[in-house]
Amino acid sequence: MLPQEINNPKLLVNNLNFYYGNDRALKDINLSIPEKMVTAFIGPSGCGKSTLLRTFNRMYELYPKQRATGEILLDGKNLLEKRQDLNSLRAKIGMVFQKPTPFPMSIYDNITFGVKLYENLNQHEMSERVEWALQKAALWNEVKDKLKQSGTGLSGGQQQRLCIARAIAVKPEVLLLDEPTSALDPISTAHIERLVDELKKEFTIVIVTHNMQQAARISDYTAYMYLGELIEFGDTSAVFTNPKRKETEDYITGRFG
Amino acid sequence: MQKYFSQVRSMLQNWPDLLFRGITRISAVSVLILLFAIIVSLIVGSLPSIKATGFQFLASPEWDPVTDRFGALVPIVGTLVTASISLLIAVPVSFGIALFLTELSPRWLRRPLGIAIELLAGIPSIIYGMWGLFVFAPLFGEYIEPWMSNHIGNLPIIGPFFSGPPMGIGILTAGIILAIMVIPFIASVMRDVFEVVPAMLKESAYGLGATTWEVTWNVVLPYTKIGVVGGIMLGLGRALGETMAVTFVIGNAHSLTQSLLMPGNSISSALANEFNEAVGELYTSALIELGLILFFITFVVLTFARFLLYKLGKREGKVA
Repeated sequence: MLPQEINNPKLLVNNLNFYYGNDRALKDINLSIPEKMVTAFIGPSGCGKSTLLRTFNRMYELYPKQRATGEILLDGKNLLEKRQDLNSLRAKIGMVFQKPTPFPMSIYDNITFGVKLYENLNQHEMSERVEWALQKAALWNEVKDKLKQSGTGLSGGQQQRLCIARAIAVKPEVLLLDEPTSALDPISTAHIERLVDELKKEFTIVIVTHNMQQAARISDYTAYMYLGELIEFGDTSAVFTNPKRKETEDYITGRFG
Repeated sequence: MQKYFSQVRSMLQNWPDLLFRGITRISAVSVLILLFAIIVSLIVGSLPSIKATGFQFLASPEWDPVTDRFGALVPIVGTLVTASISLLIAVPVSFGIALFLTELSPRWLRRPLGIAIELLAGIPSIIYGMWGLFVFAPLFGEYIEPWMSNHIGNLPIIGPFFSGPPMGIGILTAGIILAIMVIPFIASVMRDVFEVVPAMLKESAYGLGATTWEVTWNVVLPYTKIGVVGGIMLGLGRALGETMAVTFVIGNAHSLTQSLLMPGNSISSALANEFNEAVGELYTSALIELGLILFFITFVVLTFARFLLYKLGKREGKVA
């Protein structure tokens, strides 16, 4: 399936180039990410998949000498424009990282942190929101009796689900997952994968993963990247069973990477 | 025979370890012994004064070597007030410096600024004292203090603290000089601890749409609070004990006034000024008791800092 065949893409990437100083890390990327589906970016280390993910919420702008050119349209509006307000963009596009990053505060406060930035909820509404987010992240039953305890005291898998709960508590439209299970054990990984399947009913999900089986299991669309280029993009089952390009086939059959 | 040899060999193999263990143990214990010895000698030295004046020593503002009447209230208040003023100024400024250096400053400016702060920490305190007396105090008395007593001096509640003749030297001047002296310490500790915050943790907060201020205040500061409190305590310890610079600018007057513009005295500058001329057992003993009090104040401050950290940990939910 070609990118333009996807109707109503949530994110549409046009001629995106990305530079670390003088190094060109992304080369003319064209891609559309469908709404309420899971799109996976796969490829060997250093291929630019995380870099591409980080352009969607302009996280790279925290660092000097990193810049992107081209267009990324979120619902038809270019989010790379200077005028785009970064904070409201990041409220719409949530992100979860390779390692769990609970804030040094209670579980409850971890969830309310982002919500408080945009919404003025009373205590009752806030408690409901916290429960909602934790339910969605399949963590509620494990932590409902210890919301006042520190988020850093949870196990690794629980911490990562806390981070997912924290990201969805602000009700974003898109959820970016940057290798969310790379630091977790197999059981926690299975938890998160089930969760992703559940969450795609409400959110558009983009996941970067090192693990091809994971991409095959949970994604609807897959993009294979290599050396900063998008080699192949399409329906996950098509990419994995019947890749159009030789490079993709080599990678998914494990001949390199 | 075989057994005997192996025993000897194992003893020979072990002896450097045993020696090393012994040396480290002696070093560690000597800290305790020294601390204890200092406390004991301070207490013994101040016994005559304690016998003569008792608790009255802490409450009386009178300090008259001629009639042998001694009270420590003025230097105690002076020490606490100057240290508080210095922290009141130094903590926000240091926080700003550290925040700028770690989050906002362009990369090329970081090193020169960091080195400048470390150099500032290396200036001997007597130079701060001279600069304070010959440069800062005259300017302060000429331009700032008149403005203060004219504009702030008339306000209710805080007015009396800022009224009085502009002399340049005094409690407030000492506090400001102290602030300049402790800023490099607090700022460099804060910068160091801010730098070890994982980038990913900050990115997660930015990723929720938080501003630099919100990230620093709500994530970086709680994450580094032990280091930050440690840095502030380092500064406070220095401010409480600083002698030379304070002696130059505080005015060394044994009088208790409400105005911060008036001269006062601190424990360490009283000691520095008067030990030479202390004649008679009671005078010397009173000065030693002052030293004991300073020791005690520092101890209380450190304990309070520990308690504060414990409370913070509890609020964060570490202690269930």
